[in-house]
Amino acid sequence: MPDERLAVRKTYKLFIGGAFPRSESGRSYPVHGPIAGKRGRSLLAFAAQGSRKDARDAVKAARGAFGGWSGATAYNRGQVLYRVAEVLEGRAAQFAAEVAAAEGVSQASAKAQVSAAIDRWVWYAGWPDKVAQVAGASNQVAGPYLNVSTPEPTGVVAILAPAAPSLLGLVSVLAPVIATGNTAVLAASQAHPLPAITLAEVLATSDVPGGVVNILTGDQAELAPVLAGHMDVDAIDLTGADADSAAELTRLAADNLKRVFRGGGDDWLANPGTRRLLDFVEIKTVWHPAGS
Amino acid sequence: MGIDSVTQPAAAQWTGAVADVATSDVALKQLLHGLPGVDEVGVRDRVAGLATRSIKNDAKMTALDLAIRMVDLTTLEGADTPGKVRAMSAKARRPDPQDPAVPPVAAVCVYPDLVEVAKREVRGSPVVVASVATAFPSGRASLAVKLADTRDAVAAWADEVDMVIDRGAFLSGRYGQVFSEIRAVREACGPAHLKVILETGELATLDNVARASWLAMLAGADFIKTSTGKVSPASTPPVAQVMLSAVRDYELAAGRQVGVKVAGGIRTAKDAIRYLVLVNETAGPRWLTPDRFRIGASSLLNDLLMQRSKLLTGQYAGPDYFTID
Amino acid sequence: MTSTPARALEDIADWAYAPAPQATDVVRISPENGLFINGEFAPAADGRQFATVNPATEAPLAQVAEAGQADVDRAVAAATAAYELVWRPMPGAERAKYLYRIARIIQERAREFAVLESLDNGKPIRESRDVDVPLAAAHFFYYAGWADKLEYAGLGPAPRPLGVAGQVIPWNFPLLMAAWKLAPALAAGNTCVLKPAETTPLTALLLAEVCQQAGLPPGVVNVLTGDGAAGAALVAHPGVSKVAFTGSTEVGKAIARTVAGTGKKLTLELGGKAANIVFDDAPVDQAVEGIVGGIFFNQGHVCCAGSRLLVQESVAEPVLDRLRRRVETLRLGDPLDKNTDIGAINSRVQLDKIRELSQAGEQEGAERWSPPCQLPERGFWFPPTIFTGVSQSHRIAREEIFGPVLSVLTFRTPEEAVAKANNTPYGLSAGIWTDKGSRILWLSRRLRAGVVWANTFNKFDPASPFGGYRESGYGREGGRHGLAAYLDA
Repeated sequence: MPDERLAVRKTYKLFIGGAFPRSESGRSYPVHGPIAGKRGRSLLAFAAQGSRKDARDAVKAARGAFGGWSGATAYNRGQVLYRVAEVLEGRAAQFAAEVAAAEGVSQASAKAQVSAAIDRWVWYAGWPDKVAQVAGASNQVAGPYLNVSTPEPTGVVAILAPAAPSLLGLVSVLAPVIATGNTAVLAASQAHPLPAITLAEVLATSDVPGGVVNILTGDQAELAPVLAGHMDVDAIDLTGADADSAAELTRLAADNLKRVFRGGGDDWLANPGTRRLLDFVEIKTVWHPAGS
Repeated sequence: MGIDSVTQPAAAQWTGAVADVATSDVALKQLLHGLPGVDEVGVRDRVAGLATRSIKNDAKMTALDLAIRMVDLTTLEGADTPGKVRAMSAKARRPDPQDPAVPPVAAVCVYPDLVEVAKREVRGSPVVVASVATAFPSGRASLAVKLADTRDAVAAWADEVDMVIDRGAFLSGRYGQVFSEIRAVREACGPAHLKVILETGELATLDNVARASWLAMLAGADFIKTSTGKVSPASTPPVAQVMLSAVRDYELAAGRQVGVKVAGGIRTAKDAIRYLVLVNETAGPRWLTPDRFRIGASSLLNDLLMQRSKLLTGQYAGPDYFTID
Repeated sequence: MTSTPARALEDIADWAYAPAPQATDVVRISPENGLFINGEFAPAADGRQFATVNPATEAPLAQVAEAGQADVDRAVAAATAAYELVWRPMPGAERAKYLYRIARIIQERAREFAVLESLDNGKPIRESRDVDVPLAAAHFFYYAGWADKLEYAGLGPAPRPLGVAGQVIPWNFPLLMAAWKLAPALAAGNTCVLKPAETTPLTALLLAEVCQQAGLPPGVVNVLTGDGAAGAALVAHPGVSKVAFTGSTEVGKAIARTVAGTGKKLTLELGGKAANIVFDDAPVDQAVEGIVGGIFFNQGHVCCAGSRLLVQESVAEPVLDRLRRRVETLRLGDPLDKNTDIGAINSRVQLDKIRELSQAGEQEGAERWSPPCQLPERGFWFPPTIFTGVSQSHRIAREEIFGPVLSVLTFRTPEEAVAKANNTPYGLSAGIWTDKGSRILWLSRRLRAGVVWANTFNKFDPASPFGGYRESGYGREGGRHGLAAYLDA
């Protein structure tokens, strides 16, 4: 009789429209830890292998959620994001364990990454009601007009998450997109999908409306062209793609002139700046005459 | 507390003025478009403020009883049968068989071909029979058909007629047509009282709600009503607020009190009491009577009964203690 | 038209709202309250105390320590040490987290704060619950987000805090004014010594308790309860690098003289005599709400109150008729009743001022009107009052009354409205009511006021800068601009 209690293993499903469905294709794949042992690399769990139809469903959910999320007050979005940070903090130990297992790093290193990820999320929670003050403007035109420029969210943004760091990288590409009111379809890295789904569990319990964030696990390289070519996706973040794929994906994105963000080479620990925040907004300028 | 003074020309002069205005689309448009604008955010703010009123204890009891007395218990389904109307009418007369102190509702509201059944079932009680008419709910039929529909209801002795305005005509600016149709239905009603349904969900803006309210009142409505209940959104507090302001202003201008009926989507006692607060603080306390304010509803009645029971017994009631019809 | 149906007139319901008192047992008021210095509550050095009363009943609520010079010295020393050793060196992201904690705890203890504010200040519970407390929490949330983003505030790549901020606040929005002062100062990296008003110390002390609960390092926030002398001592203290004051123009000028030549940075938020301008094409029902809210919200104890109604002459009568009918529905009474619209005047001193100026209004020939109003026997009360036939030269058109008294003047053209609105040494706020967008913008360019409300009034948000022109003060609070006061760019 084994001394150790047998664990109840978690099943990792997709996160679409606020719910956790399996892939419509029925596929899943084993996720292994990086350290080779006597019987090969350890099996961490099975993750759903998302298909093009799942991607389609995710985009639909994201589009459906866009009106409500972009129409919410910036204050409200900030409150929701801060709540996410609170719940993340509560689950810090669980995330550290997952990150350590996924990346094969030490507990201490994993803990540091998780802390950085939570702090990064808090940083973004403070942005929604300030973006317009930093990126907007009242423009002094040569005539009796009020002329005001405001940043508005571009719409549905597809994101290819980086493989590492598995949580910090994920948070760093996702938070700036939704802070300004966009909704997201995020394709997790194939090698390290599990923190993404655990993050989805946090989002599902933090007042984030269903559909604002959708997460697909599986073969990122298989899903990427589907998202890059989808005509109802307004922008795409290619951070997780390698250089060759990035070029092809950019060509596909041109079909509806998606805004393409080519990340990569990020120092994930450094101050992110406002680039990721401002690349997914449109500047709207309104004129109004001033006359008695 | 209330101001009863008529600050505008007396009713007779007013009628004359209306007759002039009624003759042309242009004149009607000038009058309606000359009404003060309605700021939507301001209306929502006012409504939100009034929603914080805390109605407790005997004030709540008064409100619940009043709301019950103001209900037009309604069934307007394709599948309606005499049996359904019979059951609903029994509930209208005696909402709570366990408690005879519960007052009857104001009216039952049915399609014209079921008025006869309803009249029979409410005979001997204060409950009156309201009938929808004029190709309810869409209003998309010829005037002849709409008037025939009305006459059927009146011939069956309906006490009240709930007509729909032609929203297509309204939204395309044919105010004269809307006006004359209401006039014609008003005549066809004879002794029956006329409620004019504006279908505010289709009018979309509060400015349109204000204009349609005035149009209906000028054309002779006894009540202006928000919705058919078949279109979403149906009644909302901001819409009711605008209509209650309109009836208040109309009385000051023309010396005649018009009632307001809210219908559709009012499911809880809490909602109903919020509307009563709007009535009380917008049109004024003289509208706190079933003669001037009605609530078209079906499931609301049981929630009113449950809240009433909680006030009396101190305990939360369950739905099984009240009849479904 | 048909005649009315057959139901009897007795059918009209007699519906009076029953009393709906907010339970006060949610808050525990200590009979004696100390100063909050260096993270702890302690009596004043000389042991002096004073009473704070409930203005609705005149009953004393608690004894509160009265800060003397020694206490001011100790508080500034604690704030200085905390600034040099703890707060300034701390990364902005960590400062942010303390401010987020404070915001959250205010939200958790919202009911206590609201009840306490209404008890100590006299304002209706509906306002403290729905306006004061949520806005106070929101200010902390908003500025928490700036603490680690100062380089994006448009004040240079590395703006630096100033040091110890000495902050003196008024009695009209005690908790909210504390939040307006503390949140940006702390976010920018300064430490604070806050002096709440003499008649309303309690929510500031509860806020100090919240700082303790948030784990805020000792000395970062200090609260000195006391009178005007304590405030003067704080402002004059050489260890204070930055002074922020909200209150009367008279005291503001005195402070400006005091700090002159000392190198201290100063911001002032003072009085006003705002014009609320209603045109003939205004959305009239909403304009009436805006007039009512503009002068009767918070019993008119609002620096930016719309205390002058400038109504276009062609619509003056109908607007005033509607206004009077609406004012008759206002409910004056127990601030702790959830249905009360108008609460108590904050103090006997203020009540006397309001009475004196109202009397002047009558003597100078304006016509006075109030709805019939049952004033409670105990407490400080004044009914909503409207003066018509007012001219620019009347005292009630020029001097800030700071009470529920509206002065009504008329105008004929937009130019005349602007001229009359600007014809005052003040310049805090203004209101414009019209359906025409271009007119709003034309007017707002010409009105010399720091805040212009168009088709709305008395709206506040932590993201929106607030502050006045000329004798209404200088500097802005709220928004990105609100950081400037607390940084050396």
